Amino acid sequence: MSKSSHRDPLSDTQLRVKALESVLLEKGVVKQETLDAIIDNYENKVGPHIGASVVAKAWTDPDFKSRLLENASDTLAEMGLSGIEGTHVEVKENTAELHNMVVCTLCSCYPWTLLGLPPTWYKSTPYRARAVRDPRGILAEFGVKMSENVEVRVWDSNAEIRYLVLPIRPAGSEGLGEDELAELVTRDSMIGTAVVEMN
Amino acid sequence: MNGIHDLGGMDNFGIINREENEPVFHDDWERQIFALTIAAFPAGYCNVDEMRRTTECIEPAVYLRAKYYQKWLLTLESIVLEKNILTQEELDSGRSIRTEGGNLLPAVPDEMIQYAMSNPVSARVEKEIEAKFQTGDKILAKNLNPLHHTRIPRFIRGKRGEIIQDHGVFLLADTNAHGGQDKPQHVYSVKFTARELWGEEAAAKDTVCIDLHDDYMEHLPN
Repeated sequence: MSKSSHRDPLSDTQLRVKALESVLLEKGVVKQETLDAIIDNYENKVGPHIGASVVAKAWTDPDFKSRLLENASDTLAEMGLSGIEGTHVEVKENTAELHNMVVCTLCSCYPWTLLGLPPTWYKSTPYRARAVRDPRGILAEFGVKMSENVEVRVWDSNAEIRYLVLPIRPAGSEGLGEDELAELVTRDSMIGTAVVEMN
Repeated sequence: MNGIHDLGGMDNFGIINREENEPVFHDDWERQIFALTIAAFPAGYCNVDEMRRTTECIEPAVYLRAKYYQKWLLTLESIVLEKNILTQEELDSGRSIRTEGGNLLPAVPDEMIQYAMSNPVSARVEKEIEAKFQTGDKILAKNLNPLHHTRIPRFIRGKRGEIIQDHGVFLLADTNAHGGQDKPQHVYSVKFTARELWGEEAAAKDTVCIDLHDDYMEHLPN
């Protein structure tokens, strides 16, 4: 019998990843420079700062905002914002009557091109299990009290469409420029588990 | 498949742990398995639905115990064996042992991967296929319980909703995950009230929107 049939499926993680990488490199299935470029992109290039700049632009440019809400995929692609886990994108606007929040109950789908890779909590079983059933409970845990008069709408991104929340621009931010506004926009506010506040 | 991955609506998983200033990766092996998976994908070995199907086949107790990227490792190990890319001995040793046979494709050129990270890689199918539903239609999510991969979660099966947007034509994950026949069809955003899903104790105004294929729904009288 092979030794694999006896071992804990979760043992020797580092060794097994190293083995998989070594043999795939040796056989030429993947190339080292490609692996390095992928890691560099997701660790150093994409991230919530991209989504934040999109949100700030939408807050200051009504024409851009209406195009973004109408057809986010094309509008973002024109800005060079597209790619794996971010080709088909919908932007959902929060208002005084509607609060949007995003989850993937079946796996971990997330708009990589706009927010980077998701935080661990977004991919965790408690968030995936509860978000569709008890979004108000989660919002309260995250420090957001949502009035009963507001519709909380949860988007389960179970197909190939990825969702970004356009948060409400905070009161008191009227004098701020696009860059200063982008500084205020947090990752969680674009997932919909937070609201944007003045610092 | 009614697997452990289908978590929507379940209770008792504990609190949602958030890490302040969480790094993108916590360890080198996380970087490596992430990059290997992304790099191996476009070579044509498998599609994203096959990856998801493989992850969903992880034994439930292991699935719940695993760290996120450990599931990626289990998935990629299964895929390279299933697709006859590597042998178990090669996975165990980390060396190329089999010199003949096996399903090996050349590495995807760097430029292609770079391109895919910042340009549209469409999952949409450019085919003229008639939409079965229109915006505003009332629908019933079918009570489907297939043994194969599917993207209709349990918590909406048998529930009544309303079509709010047509996203166009996409492959059907159910067949794409199994290398089966091509069944492109329309995908829609469908809105369900929280009370339809969870009963009268749910907040009166709240809703859940989910993306569903034509095959997952039937018409209700408007």
